[in-house]
Formats: sequence, structure tokens, C-alpha cells
Amino acid sequence: MTTQQESPVSAVISIQVENESGALARVIGLFSGRGYNIESLTVAPVDETGRQSRINIVTTATPRVLEQIRAQVERLVPVYRVSVMTAADPHVAREMALVKVIASGERRADALRIAQAFRAHPVDASATSFVFELTGATDKLDAFIDLMRPLGLAEVSRTGVAAIARGAAIL
Amino acid sequence: MNAASHQTDLKPQTAGTDTTVLSGAEVLLRVLVEQGVEVIFGYPGGAVLPIYDAIFRQNAIRHVLVRHEQAAVHAAEAYARSTGKVGVVLVTSGPGATNTVTGLLDAMLDSIPVVCFSGQVGVPLIGTDAFQEADTTGITRPATKYNYLVRRADEIAPSVHEAFHIARSGRPGPVLVDLPKNLMVGPAPYVAPPRTPHPSYHPQTEPGRDVIARAVAAMKGARRPLFYTGGGIINAGPGASTALRRLVEKTGFPCTSTLMGLGAMPAGDRRFLGMLGMHGTYEANMATHDCDVLIALGSRFDDRVTGRLDAFSPGSFKIHADIDPSQINKIVRVDVGVVGDARRVIEMMLEEWDCTPANTRQPIDVAQWWHQINEWRKIDSLGFSQDMAPDAIIRPQYAIRRLHEMATATGRDTYVSTEVGQHQMWAAQHFGFDKPNRWLTSGGLGTMGYGLPAAVGAQVAHPDALVIDIAGEASTLMNIQELSTIAQYRLPVKVFILNNQYMGMVRQWQELLHESRYSESYSAALPDFVRLAESFHGRGLRATCVGELDGVIAEMLAHPGPVVADICVAQDENCYPMIPSGAAHNQMLLGPDQDDEISAEGRMLV
Repeated sequence: MTTQQESPVSAVISIQVENESGALARVIGLFSGRGYNIESLTVAPVDETGRQSRINIVTTATPRVLEQIRAQVERLVPVYRVSVMTAADPHVAREMALVKVIASGERRADALRIAQAFRAHPVDASATSFVFELTGATDKLDAFIDLMRPLGLAEVSRTGVAAIARGAAIL
Repeated sequence: MNAASHQTDLKPQTAGTDTTVLSGAEVLLRVLVEQGVEVIFGYPGGAVLPIYDAIFRQNAIRHVLVRHEQAAVHAAEAYARSTGKVGVVLVTSGPGATNTVTGLLDAMLDSIPVVCFSGQVGVPLIGTDAFQEADTTGITRPATKYNYLVRRADEIAPSVHEAFHIARSGRPGPVLVDLPKNLMVGPAPYVAPPRTPHPSYHPQTEPGRDVIARAVAAMKGARRPLFYTGGGIINAGPGASTALRRLVEKTGFPCTSTLMGLGAMPAGDRRFLGMLGMHGTYEANMATHDCDVLIALGSRFDDRVTGRLDAFSPGSFKIHADIDPSQINKIVRVDVGVVGDARRVIEMMLEEWDCTPANTRQPIDVAQWWHQINEWRKIDSLGFSQDMAPDAIIRPQYAIRRLHEMATATGRDTYVSTEVGQHQMWAAQHFGFDKPNRWLTSGGLGTMGYGLPAAVGAQVAHPDALVIDIAGEASTLMNIQELSTIAQYRLPVKVFILNNQYMGMVRQWQELLHESRYSESYSAALPDFVRLAESFHGRGLRATCVGELDGVIAEMLAHPGPVVADICVAQDENCYPMIPSGAAHNQMLLGPDQDDEISAEGRMLV
């Protein structure tokens, strides 16, 4: 491996696991124990019987460390398959955010207008607040939240990233 | 009272036709019998009382009562490593389970198949901070290959079957099964081993033909080749060592070994260069540095082997075969990675070697290389001088050489365990191992206190063999309570203590890195080991000078029972040769007069 490849890159690590007690703890324990970073984490059952779950972990690491993460995760007993998706691997990555804005008057109108531009849906509204639901790539959510900040941003709840490869390739 | 009426029939029966209602504990024991378990190392307690009651009422499995749960795991490790079978441990909940953690991690790092059963509070009490409750699966998760908390009676048999499969297959390792007490008391169904043990667990053991071909092509083009073999060869069974010897003979290549791999090649073989790494031989380390094709088989480029990474075997084409894919490219980038069982890898290399033409690239001529290696050998890096005056101080290397010579002269099958420290390195350097599975040491974790319980495990497995714990006086005190186990089972273990009244390796590093400020490394207030042995119903011996050494060794070897031999050795002796931390393989210290300044970076390393 050449040195130019050794700068850290962002990646989504998708892990198909047997849906058993302790499986998630094994995966995240491996990350903390070996000093790998977790930027976001999602997990949910994904097959019809509920026997298998998919874990998506966003991390930043050098290609060499990413290769190690894959190998270390793959050898965990309840893990079926692992895929590491970086910008070089065609994939779709999305997350969802619920954003609460407390505002009135002009700022309230601004918030609603920006939300429309971002295709964020108000899923709750009161006389003094909105809750917007927004889905998209992480940078889109970041941009929206930044714009809401001066307009009365009060609380954010994000799901973390779910990712899948483009085209017919499967995990 | 008729004892037979209390016996439970645990013989395996035809699956599916048996309608007898068993308790969970009886199901557990039946599965153990079916898995071929003969011995359990354990210690009872409240949560495992039902299991101990079931043990009491059967004869198929023997229980060895240790004196501390950590010792149970080390004994099981040595049992496993010396027999190739899975070692089995049984402990109670809470402190019983937490005491096993060091042993489990030791087995994890050295890839030893062990199944540990821990008691747990009843299922309804889990999570309530009940008496002797611990989150055992949480605590042991990073210390095991896999672990289970059994939650239902019908999970007992499948989990235990699976635990053995996972412990022994692929890269072996420890598996813990946590067993709540109420499930052991209540009824449970027995089921036969499942055909597909765990849906997501499929270790690869068969290497790919194409990568073997690439590896052998590189080997055939080599001018300065070197085999670097490790514990994976031992784990792959004696057949892997046999195959390795054939491969070394056929290729004519030199071979070095890690600490964990000793015995795979006979120590006296002319193609064997001895151990490599921090306290390896000069020839092994120079060859590692200068080779042009390095063939790593079942070894993992541990930091004790590689020294400074950017200077590790800098010019070589590297082939790495390991059963664990995560080991390949973990520390050192390699040119050919082979995933598979060491025995299969070597056998396929032998086949490939025979069926490809000799001159795929260049005719192999390693004579020049051997000439260079023999020049390095002349340095005699393990050499030492022993003053042979009868009242001279015993040098520890000499004590081990004499022990080896005199043990060999008995003609008995000999197993050696060690503690951790200088004595361990001297044993690795000077006690020549000619067969696999005879060398029991804590490599990866470096667990002081390993050797005495390991000797228990080896002697239980091989009652007629000569079992010696080569110990340091500091390490052996860490599990000295096992002298009681040794006494109870009349195990004729020989404890050979190289007593220099220091934690020698700590003292050596304090000399190298901290200007000889011996902070807390002096073994003050030592017991009288002779009387200690006697108080545990054994024989105590002592040698204080060269003139007494042979007599003590002879008496120790001749005595039919357990012996503690207190060998008072030179206090200031250090372990050489040595690659100081942060240095490369070709920058070895050969002796005390050559202490170079250690870099600031090196000081940061352990």
C-alpha cells in the first residue's frame, strides 16, 4: 500500500448479523476495544423472519485500518457479511432527522420557508414550535440544521446513516 | 448404601428416541460426555451446586479441584495444548467467573481451545444485583472467542455443543457458557449436536490453490528464504509439525520459530535457527532481517517478534499463512496472504513444490545463504560461561541446560511449563524442544502465575510423563496455592525455580531504561521454598552453588512425587541476546557490555 492512500477517509461499514443477544455489543465493543471511531450507528432487523439485523456504522479511518475493521468484524461469530463503503464505492447513504424549532413571527415564517426548500416536512406544529422531518445525505441534514440555528433551533434527533450499494450488487 | 443407585447414566444414546426427563445439569454432563470430555478443572460455589451434584452422581467425567479459578483456566489451557483436546473449566457465578478472566484472555491470545462454564444466578434474579451476580458475558466478551448466557432450558444442549465446536474449530479460542442456576435444577431436553452449529460461523480451513501456487513460485525463486513458524503449527495438530519438517527438508530452507511455535521443528535440527524476536538468536534475527522471501506460517508478527516495524525484514517478499484472515496485513503488509489451516497449507505447498518445475524463475541456490547463516551462528549468541568451581554461583542458563540434559537422559516424555519473565526466555533458549505440544507457556498475554497451574493440567493429561514448571520465584508465588491441588491429586510435578530474588525481567528493563532504579522489583520476604514444599506434602530441595546443582536435579527427577527445587542463581544475570525496544533485528545487544542508548521512542514501548 502506498503512502498516498494512507490518509483517513469516511466510510460506512454495513454488517449483517445474526439477531441474537449480545451481537450489537460484540460489534461496538470491538470498535471501542481496538480504538476505532464510531460516528454514527444504526441497527434494525432486515429480513422477513427477524433473524438477521443490519448494523451501519459510519467511521473515519485510513484504508488500511478499514481493511482491519472489516477483517476483525468478519471474524465475530454472529457476523454473516461485512461491506465497507467509501466515496470510491458507489452507494446510497441516507439518514433521517427530527428537528425542533421554537420560534414566532418572522423567524417562524423563515423556518417554514427553508424547510420547504429542503423538502423537510413539518410533522408536528404548535403555536410556538415546529418539528421537521428531513431525510437525506448527512451533509444535507447538517446544512439544514445550521440554517435553523439562528431561527430557534431547540433540539435535534438523528437516526444515523443507513447505506446500501448502488446497482445489483448486494451485501 | 448402594453407590450404583446414585449413578446417572450419561452415555450418549440414540438421539430422538430418549424420553427420560433430565435436569439441566444432567443434560450439561451428557453433552460433555458426548463431546469427549474426560476432565473438568473447577471450583464449586452456590450457583453451580446442581452441576456439582450431577458430577457427584456420575463416573464418566473426572473433576480436578483447583485452589483458584484462574488456575482452573490455566490448567485447562495446558491440558488442551498438550493433548489437542478442548480444556474444560467449571466455576461459580460472580467472583468465580471474574477470577477466570485472566485465564480466558490468556487462552484468547494464544489461541487455546477452552470451554468455561460459569454459574449464574437464576434467570428471574438476573439484573437485580443478586448475591454473587456478575454480568459475566459482558465482562468476558472481549476475553473470549464467543460466549453465551443461556436463558431457556432448551438452549442448554445446543449452546454447549456449539461452544465446543467454536472453541476447537477455525482459530481455536476460549468460549464461555453462563448457566443460570434455575435452568440447571429444572428439567431440560437433551438434543444431539446440530449439523450446522451456528448459521453465521464458517471458518475457512482449506487454502486456495492459486495463492499456494503464487507462494511456492516465490519460494522457488528465492535466494535467501526463511520459514518463520508460530503457534498455529502447534494448534493444527502434530500432523502439521510433521508436514513442516518435510517441507523444510524438501526445500532446504532455514526455519525460525516464535515462542509459541517451539517444538514444531526439532531444536537440534541443522535447519532450525532457534527462536526469533526480542530474545531470539542472532542468526534467526539476522536471517529475518536479510531474507528475500519470508514464509510466515501460523505466526502473527507480534511486536515481540518484529521489533521496530519499519525495519522489519525490509527487503523481503512476504508470504503469510494464517487460519484467521484478520491476521493477514494486520501488522505487516504481505505480498501473498493464505487463509487456511497450517497443516493443509503446508501439505499443499509440498504438493505444489513437487508438481512445478524447479526453475520457474531461477534455479534455487541457497548455499550462499547458508554460508552466511553459518557465519552468524559462529557468534554463538546464546553462549555463556559458567565457572565450574563447586562453590561458584549458578548461572540460570546453565541450570536450564543441565535440567534439559538430565531430563533428556531419563528418556521420559517431558512437558515443560513456565511462568513469565527471564526464566521463561532462558527456558525457550536453552531447553531444546524436539516435539510439538510439549512447551506450555503464556506467550501473548504474558501471565505471571501461569506455569504452576499449567503443570497441573499437563500432569493430569499425562500422568506418566515428566512435567516440569520452570519458574521464577516471583511469578510462581502468584499461583502458589496450586501446590495444594498438586498434593491432593498426588501429581508428581517438578517446580524448578530459578531464584534470583528479583522480578528479573522488570529489573533488567529498569537497568536498560531507568538507570537501575529498582523500583519495587526486589523479591523481599520470600518464603523458604523447601519448607513451603514440605508444608504442601512435597519434597523441597535447594541448590546454592554449582557443586549442588546436578545432585538436586537428579534427586528431583528421581523422586516419584511433587518437588520444589529452589535453584539460587546469579542475581544480576540478564537475558541476552536482546533487541532493545525500538530497534531493528540487525541491532541486537549480545551482552551487557554492549548496552547502547535506547531511543526516546523505544522507551515508550513496552
